[in-house]
Order: sequence, then C-alpha cells, then structure tokens
Amino acid sequence: MAVDALTTTTPPARLRRGFDASWILWIALIAVLLFLVVSPFVHLLITSLRSEKTGAFTFANYAAAYGRERYVQALFNSLELGACAALLGGAFAVPLAWAVSRTDMPGRGLVRTLVLATFITPPYTGAVAWILLAGPNAGWLNKAYVWLTGAEAGPFNIYSFPGLVLVIALYSFPYVFIFTTAALELVSSEMEDAANILGAGTWRTMRRVTLPLALPAILGGLIISFLEAIALFASPAMIAIPARFNVVTTQLFQFFGNPVRVEVAAAYAMPLLAVTIFLVVVQRLITRRKGFVALTGKGGERRPIALGGWRWAMFGYAMLVATMSVFLPYLFLLQAAFAKAWGRGFSLDNISLKNFRFVLFEHATAGTSVIHSFAYGAASATAATIIAIGVAYIVNRKLVRFANGLGFLCVAPFVIPGVVLAIGFYAAYAPPPLALYGTAWLMILAFTTRFLPIGYVNANAAMRSLNPEMEEAVRVLGGSRMLALRKVVAPLLKRSLLGAWLLMFIPATRELSSAIFLYSPQTKVVSVMIFDMSDEGNFEYLAALALVLQVLTLPLLWIGQRAIGRDFMLRRTAT
Amino acid sequence: MSKLVLRNIGKAYGTFDAVKDFSLELAQGEFVSLLGPSGCGKTTTLRMIAGFLPPTSGTIELDGQVISSPSGVIPPERRRMSMIFQSYAIWPNMTVGQNVGFGLEVKKVPRAEADRRIAKILEIVQMGPLKDRYPAELSGGQQQRVALARAIVVEPEILLLDEPLSNLDANLREEMRFEIRRLHDEFKITTVYVTHDQSEAMVTSDRIVVMNKGRIEQVDAPHTLYGKPRSRFVAGFIGRTNFVERDGQTFSLRPQAIGLSAARPAANGVEAEIVDRAYLGEHWDYQVKPLGETKSLRVSTGPNTVYALGSRVWLEIDPAAMVRVE
Repeated sequence: MAVDALTTTTPPARLRRGFDASWILWIALIAVLLFLVVSPFVHLLITSLRSEKTGAFTFANYAAAYGRERYVQALFNSLELGACAALLGGAFAVPLAWAVSRTDMPGRGLVRTLVLATFITPPYTGAVAWILLAGPNAGWLNKAYVWLTGAEAGPFNIYSFPGLVLVIALYSFPYVFIFTTAALELVSSEMEDAANILGAGTWRTMRRVTLPLALPAILGGLIISFLEAIALFASPAMIAIPARFNVVTTQLFQFFGNPVRVEVAAAYAMPLLAVTIFLVVVQRLITRRKGFVALTGKGGERRPIALGGWRWAMFGYAMLVATMSVFLPYLFLLQAAFAKAWGRGFSLDNISLKNFRFVLFEHATAGTSVIHSFAYGAASATAATIIAIGVAYIVNRKLVRFANGLGFLCVAPFVIPGVVLAIGFYAAYAPPPLALYGTAWLMILAFTTRFLPIGYVNANAAMRSLNPEMEEAVRVLGGSRMLALRKVVAPLLKRSLLGAWLLMFIPATRELSSAIFLYSPQTKVVSVMIFDMSDEGNFEYLAALALVLQVLTLPLLWIGQRAIGRDFMLRRTAT
Repeated sequence: MSKLVLRNIGKAYGTFDAVKDFSLELAQGEFVSLLGPSGCGKTTTLRMIAGFLPPTSGTIELDGQVISSPSGVIPPERRRMSMIFQSYAIWPNMTVGQNVGFGLEVKKVPRAEADRRIAKILEIVQMGPLKDRYPAELSGGQQQRVALARAIVVEPEILLLDEPLSNLDANLREEMRFEIRRLHDEFKITTVYVTHDQSEAMVTSDRIVVMNKGRIEQVDAPHTLYGKPRSRFVAGFIGRTNFVERDGQTFSLRPQAIGLSAARPAANGVEAEIVDRAYLGEHWDYQVKPLGETKSLRVSTGPNTVYALGSRVWLEIDPAAMVRVE
C-alpha cells in the first residue's frame, strides 16, 4: 500500500503546503487589485479633500468645484442629457429588439448585424459623422434641404442640445437592445400562447405579457445607457463646447487643462461617481429581482409572432434607425476619407488616397497612435484576463475564505466612469514615488482596471459552466490540481477566455474618456489623435483614421464570431 | 482486516450536521450502497471517503491506516481510489482513449502496457471501436461506459460511484445496473455506490446502508432490509408498505403479503371494502378498508385478480408477515 501512515494528531505535511499555494495566489491577487482598483479610488477621495499646497484637510476643493453657477449647471446638463439620450435610445432599441427576437420581421439577421455595426462605432466617430451630416450650413442634410426646397439655409444644427442627445442615443441604443433581446429570448412562447388562448391578440399579448416580463431588463438597459451618456467625453466635447454649454465630463476636462487642478477635478467628479454607484445598485436590484420566471427559468420553445403587413412597417423603422446610425454616417465618412476636400462632394476628381497616405505614413504621430492603441489594448486585455480567471477560479472553487471579496473588487470599476477612473489614476500614480505620468504603464494600468469587470463577468460565467467534477476526476485518478488546471481547465476555457480577451481588447483600442486624461505626447493613442483632429477641423484625415480603426477591428470580430458565436458582442456579458 | 473503515465520521456545517456519527466497515471486494433521499448525507460521506471533504469528526482508514481525520486528510490524488461522477466528468477535450488512459499516464505506466490495458478495458465495456472518438460524439450510455472504463483501468483500491445512473433514461439505467455488478464481479474492487434509487441499490449491492438526515438507519443485505426493516423510515423507503398500529406498536405489512379473496379464508380473515384501485399492467393496486376501520390498506394482486370498486372482499393477514418497526 502506498498510502502514507498518518496519525490523527499530525496533519499531513503535503496537504498543508498545497493550501499555502492558494493563499499565496490569493495574496498576490489582493495586492494587484489593491493597486489597480482600491488605491486609485482612495487617492481620488483623498485628493479631493486635501489642500494642493499644504496637504492639509480641506473642503476648499469642493468650494472651488461648485463655486460657480455654470459649474453646477453642467451637472444638471449631464443629468438631462443622460435622461434624454436614454429615452431616445430606448425608442430606437426596444421595438428593434422585440422585432428581431420575437417576430417574423424580414431581415432580422441584417438588423442584428447593423446593431453590431452601430455598437462597434466609437461615439467620437459617430459624432464626427454627424457633424459632417448636420453641421449648420455645410452639413450634407442641410445642403440637401436647401437643394430640395430652395430655402436659404437648412434647419439642422448638430451643435445643440437636441443634436447631442441624438448623437449619443444613436450610439448607445445597442445597450438597451442587448438587455431587451436577452430578456425577450427568455420569455417562452407558451406564456404568450397562454394569453392568446384566453383571447388576447398579438398586440395585447405584447403589451400585457411580453413587455412586462422584459420590463426589468429594459429598465436595466436604459440605466446603463443613461450612465454611458453622462460618462461620455468625446461627443459632448465635440458638440456641446461649440454649442456653448458644458456637461460634467467637459467641465472636468477643463479643470484638467492648464494648470492641472486635479484636486478640484476630484471633488467635481464626486456627484458623477455617486450617481453612477447609486444607479448601478438600482439597476442590479431591478434586473436581479426574482419572481419573474421568464428571466430566470428555461427559455422553452419560441416561435416568431406573425406580424402580417406590419412586418414591413417594422422593417422600415429598423432601416430608418440604421440609416441614422450606420448608412448615412459611414457613407459620408467614406466620402470625406477619400475626398481631397469633403465639402466638394461626390465627384471623381475629388477622389484621392492622400488622406490615408498622410495619416498612415506622413503624419508625425497618427501611425504610431494606432500602434499604441493596439499595443496598450492587448497588454491590458491580457493582464485583465489573467487577473479575472485567477479570481474567478478562486471564487468558484472556494479555495479561500472571503474569496467573494476578490470578485467584488474585480467588478467594482464598473461603477467608476472612465473620466473619474483616470483622475484617480492620475492622483495615485502620476506623482512620485511611481511617477508613471507620461509612460505607457499608466495607460495600460488604467485600461486594465477599466475593462476588468467585463473580463471578470465572462471568466466567472465560463468557470461556472465548468463542472468541478471535471477537475475532481483528474485528482481522484492521481493528478494534482495543477495538472487538472493544465490538462482540463485551460483547454476547456480557451474559447471563453479568448472571447473575454476580445471583449476587452476591442473597446480598449478605441477608449478615449480615460485616455484623454492620461496620455502624453509619447503615449498618444488613436482615439486621442482623432479627437485632436476634430479640434483642428481636419475631417478628411480624421475620417481616414477612423475608418482605418474600424477596418482593423473587423478581423477581431471575425475571430470572435468564429470562436464563440455570431452574437458574441451583443450578449449581456459583453457589457 | 477490513479494507475501508469509517469510524464515527461526522461533517458539520456550523450547527447543521450533514453527516453524524457514521460508522461502517467494508471487507475487501465488498459492494456497499449508500441509499437515501436527497440531502441525507450520502454524497457528503462519499466525498469524505474520496478525500474532497475533510470530516469534522471521526476517522477514515484504508488498510488500517488513517487517511482522513479532522486534523488532516491525504488529498484525493494520493488515495489510489477511483470515482465515477454524476455528470460522468468525461473530459470533452480528450478522446475516449485519452480519457481512459489518463490515470495510467499519471501513474507513469509504460506506454505499451498502458495501451494494452486501455484496449482490454474498452473491450470489456464494449467501447473498443470508439477509442478515437470525442465525448461529444457519444451517447449518454456510451459516456457512462467510458467513465466506468476510466475508473476501473487503474485498478483502484476503492471504487466510488456517485449516482452514476441518474442521467440515463429508464431502460438504459436498468441495463447499466447489471453492467456495474458484472464489472464488480469481474474485478472484485471494493466499491461504495451512492444512489437514491432503491432498486439500483438492491440489484448491485452486497449490503445497503440506508441513510436519513445524516445518520445511518440500517445496514443490511438487500433481502434483510426488505424483509426485516428495523425502522419506519427503512420500511417506507425500501419498497412500499402499510403501517399497522397494534397494541401501541407499529408494524410494517407489505402490500404483497396480504391475501385478497372473495371467499372467507380459513384463518386470519378480515372483511373489507375496495375503496380505490389502479391497474398497473404487472399487477393491480387496491386500496381496501377493513370494515369498521378508518384507515385503508394497500394490497397488490396479480393482474388477473379483478374486483369492482365498492365490492366486499376478504383479506388474509399472516401475523408472521408483520414486522415490528421503531
């Protein structure tokens, strides 16, 4: 017999050592998460309460931050903007989601693809396209209006509050779409059949059964849209500032200008942070609410609802939304990117490749900014994947006590808007001893924290789907935990982890709202480059660069769809 | 000497006792089932034997040596046991051959010998031609056979099975019971089998441990458990029964042990009325109420013994068939 002799009083030494190994991992992960999540947050708080000159405790920063009426006004502008954009986005998304997931509307696959195309369009690219479309006087829609009616000037002005609402809603409605389709796909046809058999028609069934069942998810999606809108930096900076109003993020950016008043910015960021935390909690309470069998139980069989003649009306509406979010913007981005001068319109002698040549090869920093974006994105997605799977493993296998605390730290950055996170990172790591400002590290660390929640949610779902018996079968046959990880867990999670990596990498390559506070001339990323070009009015170069970024994203999408399924970007765990 | 000894094993979670004061000895080559309703602690006990859970009290000994105690456990990978899981836990990233060969690979069995043993065991479980298939291409029953082969090929000291048939359909389940017993008779591996299905336990086991709420109710051979249940719980859990109160004591009376006839029997006759009946193909299931009593009895008869509802019949109750239970 190979079983070692033991007495009941002496614990086996080898076992104790195995236990220690997971504690070491736990301590390492704690240290990493303290560094990435807790420390920036704590520094944000401390900085807001400390005098910049003396270091003493003070409320002076808060007084400076809210001391002027226009600063306070910017807060309210943000809330109004978020509410309007979320509601308009809901009006775009909910009918589309219902039509795509529950009806026989033609072209459902096409509509899904167009929503995906919208989703992967960075908000700043969309905003620029709409400046080309609806800029006063020169915008294409205004020109078309003048040409059609003979009026002196067109009615559209993107540089306005409604203009900003439209641009934000057009590129944030996919969040509501994702939440709503996810919920509707769990409402079984039998529930609708039950209403039908009691005499309710299609519309009444939808109104009384289907929509109420999906309502928590729709509200959840609207809240996420709202939070996206108030945390957005690029679109307001491009549209609100020329329209002479401020929102929280643009105001924060001004506090960060020359001279950098990080302590005032930290104080000013608090309401944004508070609102976000509050609404995320509300959102979780709404969407986690038990009792709606439809959202927790099995999907059951689902048959598409026959819309009859309405199916074409529905399709028309979907195409209208897609025209505003995809067709028109990309048409005119293409025109600008290939034009010698975008205002000269569509003619053969206006076509040129010079913009692409310029941004890729001649411009001093545009080419490297693309490389920076992809390098930083890859580094942070990789780091976040490793942290996420490490924590997910410990949490799911209950290797140590309080493992759930680690999981909480991983998802906590979700409640920190990008701009606020950036201020925290600036406060924590720009000054000595680390003095990371101006280095690529600062960007990579900030991106890692920013996208860690996506990684964790996906890694956790993947771990949960893995039956622990798969590993126990290894151990009972004589294999160690490490062998089980290598031979079974890693091969089985490969695809999901690739998916998680892509879901972080893709947004990281286009991240602006945290990058704008942390970049230096040596670490400029493509999003910042595009933003600068819009400031300078170089729309031809800008369009070319924005399209390069989009084209580079396509192979990533292809890999993701091959590896984990067609809708991988449009799943709930993707957001 | 006993092969496996569980001495006063307990597993407490806070104030809740999942398993309490569990003692059992298995002889070399014995097949013992742990039988009980879900939540009775049988899987917890099995996982303590496997080494996945440390007991909070008591010890487990294999060949006379302590392998689990509250102060420490030898980890599962060093116990030389095998386990078949409820989900089969067939690794989908490995072929049938790789799954079955894994334990041999870990034990560094030379390649040639490993190949020979893999081929032989796959032959025995009738999976030989499917050696290079991936699990996704196999049916549930075939996956089950792979799990059996993988567990047996390493010639473990103890074979543990955790509800291995609960994911199969009824016909296959019945077939696999006999398959498991056949493999046991061929390899003579000391086996602990967890199930909530009494007929599974009866077909496969030398002895059955009936568990309830973390405690042992009775340990006996299948026919003793059925014929001489010691407690009300065991009598009710193993087969169906009637409980009859006599002189302040409770007796178990099996539905098959009651005679049913139109004419008055020579002795021990009780007149009764048919109050409900069900035809189950293989037998009739009657509810009969002795005249003047409030509680009805369940009686099973052959499929050709037909009585109408409400008709008067005679019951013949043999006092020797009545087993006193606690």
